[in-house]
Amino acid sequence: MRKEVPLIITFLAGAFFIADYFIPHTGFSDLAAKINGWAIIVLAASYILGVLNILRINYGRVAKREKDWILKLILVLCMFFMLGAGIFGGITEGTLFDWFFVNTFTPMQATMFALLAFYIASAAFRAFRVRTVQAALLAITAVLVMIGRVPIGETIWKSFPDFTEWIMNVPQLAGKRAILIGAALGAIATGLKVITGLERTYMGQD
Amino acid sequence: MQKFFEFINQLDRRIIFIFVALAIILPLLFPLNIKFTVTEPVRGFYEAIDKVPNGSKVLFACDFEPGSLPELYPMTYAALEQMLKKDLKIIALSLWPAGPPLVEKALTDMAQNEFKRKYGVDYVNLGFKEGREVVMVSMGSSIPNTFPQDYRGTKVSQIPIMQGVNNFKDVKLIVNISAGYPGTKEWVQQVQARYNIGLVSGCTAVSAPEYYPYYQSKQLLGLLGGMKGAAEYEILVNRIGLGRRGMDAQSMAHVIIFLFILLGNLAYFSLKKKGT
Repeated sequence: MRKEVPLIITFLAGAFFIADYFIPHTGFSDLAAKINGWAIIVLAASYILGVLNILRINYGRVAKREKDWILKLILVLCMFFMLGAGIFGGITEGTLFDWFFVNTFTPMQATMFALLAFYIASAAFRAFRVRTVQAALLAITAVLVMIGRVPIGETIWKSFPDFTEWIMNVPQLAGKRAILIGAALGAIATGLKVITGLERTYMGQD
Repeated sequence: MQKFFEFINQLDRRIIFIFVALAIILPLLFPLNIKFTVTEPVRGFYEAIDKVPNGSKVLFACDFEPGSLPELYPMTYAALEQMLKKDLKIIALSLWPAGPPLVEKALTDMAQNEFKRKYGVDYVNLGFKEGREVVMVSMGSSIPNTFPQDYRGTKVSQIPIMQGVNNFKDVKLIVNISAGYPGTKEWVQQVQARYNIGLVSGCTAVSAPEYYPYYQSKQLLGLLGGMKGAAEYEILVNRIGLGRRGMDAQSMAHVIIFLFILLGNLAYFSLKKKGT
């Protein structure tokens, strides 16, 4: 029964939601909406697991004074501080939670993202070496798109944006579409294998 | 020359960082005002919103976090400007946990302060709901059941703009600003294809190539890719925002990267020829 029950539940849930896509009957849709509500609750509950996991991982390291334990302590304290600020003070504009969000989280995350420009520049300098024909194609296309998609490209050559759009709309799109269709077929095959019980790794088995 | 190429070949990355920093900072301080035209995907985005009848309700899905603010905030503000000029009623939400405060700020700046619109009547921020694609599908059944309260804690049933809004059939267009997953791809797969509703997307430059197939198949009516897309869109909206102001800096940064790639290859071939 430990195998059969999860397999039956998986089959019924999978088959139900495939059928829901094609059956526009009100009763059927209402039932699907109710089950979707359960899914949202389960997903929301995963945040609690996330908090417990952070505590589990960091508690031992702080207790044993392992390397960088002070940073882990700060992480846990900040987590509880923001949790408390949000739960007891609210999260809307003007609250303590919002103040910390706007003045700490926002600039820190934006800074991390901004650093990418520097690392990409450094990586491009080292990676785009024309060692083979394929590397040459990659580097030339990258440079054309890079220059064609900023205003200076249009200043250099008036039709540069149109040429870049052609690269995006024809060769790029052909490759991307092939990847997308391949991935979609793979997802359908995997989904069918899970629903029919051929794929059981989600139960912790091979 | 040999020594120069050897120096380039083993260039300290901090030197590259300095050049990139200068290429970004200097044009921001001393603008070059480089001219540029509007591309088709951007025009499609503008026209899709323009075709929505004045006063209609639109869904504004802002799926991003502070990390992508520099790229996505300019187009968020420009889209709000176009929608508010047309007196569209905006129902905003986010499927990213850190999104709602950013949406709230943009709505306060544009709808409340600039266009003097009333919260709850002309616009609403439904906030965040965990569940990703499940939330999208759930909204297809009932938006009020999926978002029983707005971001400020008011019951949706008590908000005037939400009266008569039950599911996607009750909005004329979905305007999505997307930083990744969940975002444009999921809105196309779960909502546009299923409920046959108009969808436009503004996204980060890195994810734009992924969405071109959806634009060509008309599942996306328009597409803004990164800050350049936002800058082109600002021309159509007639707004001088962060997108247009950032274009000179982005141009110079791209030129600097191109020059470093060129120098790197010259050094590589020169040293290879000499067998070094």
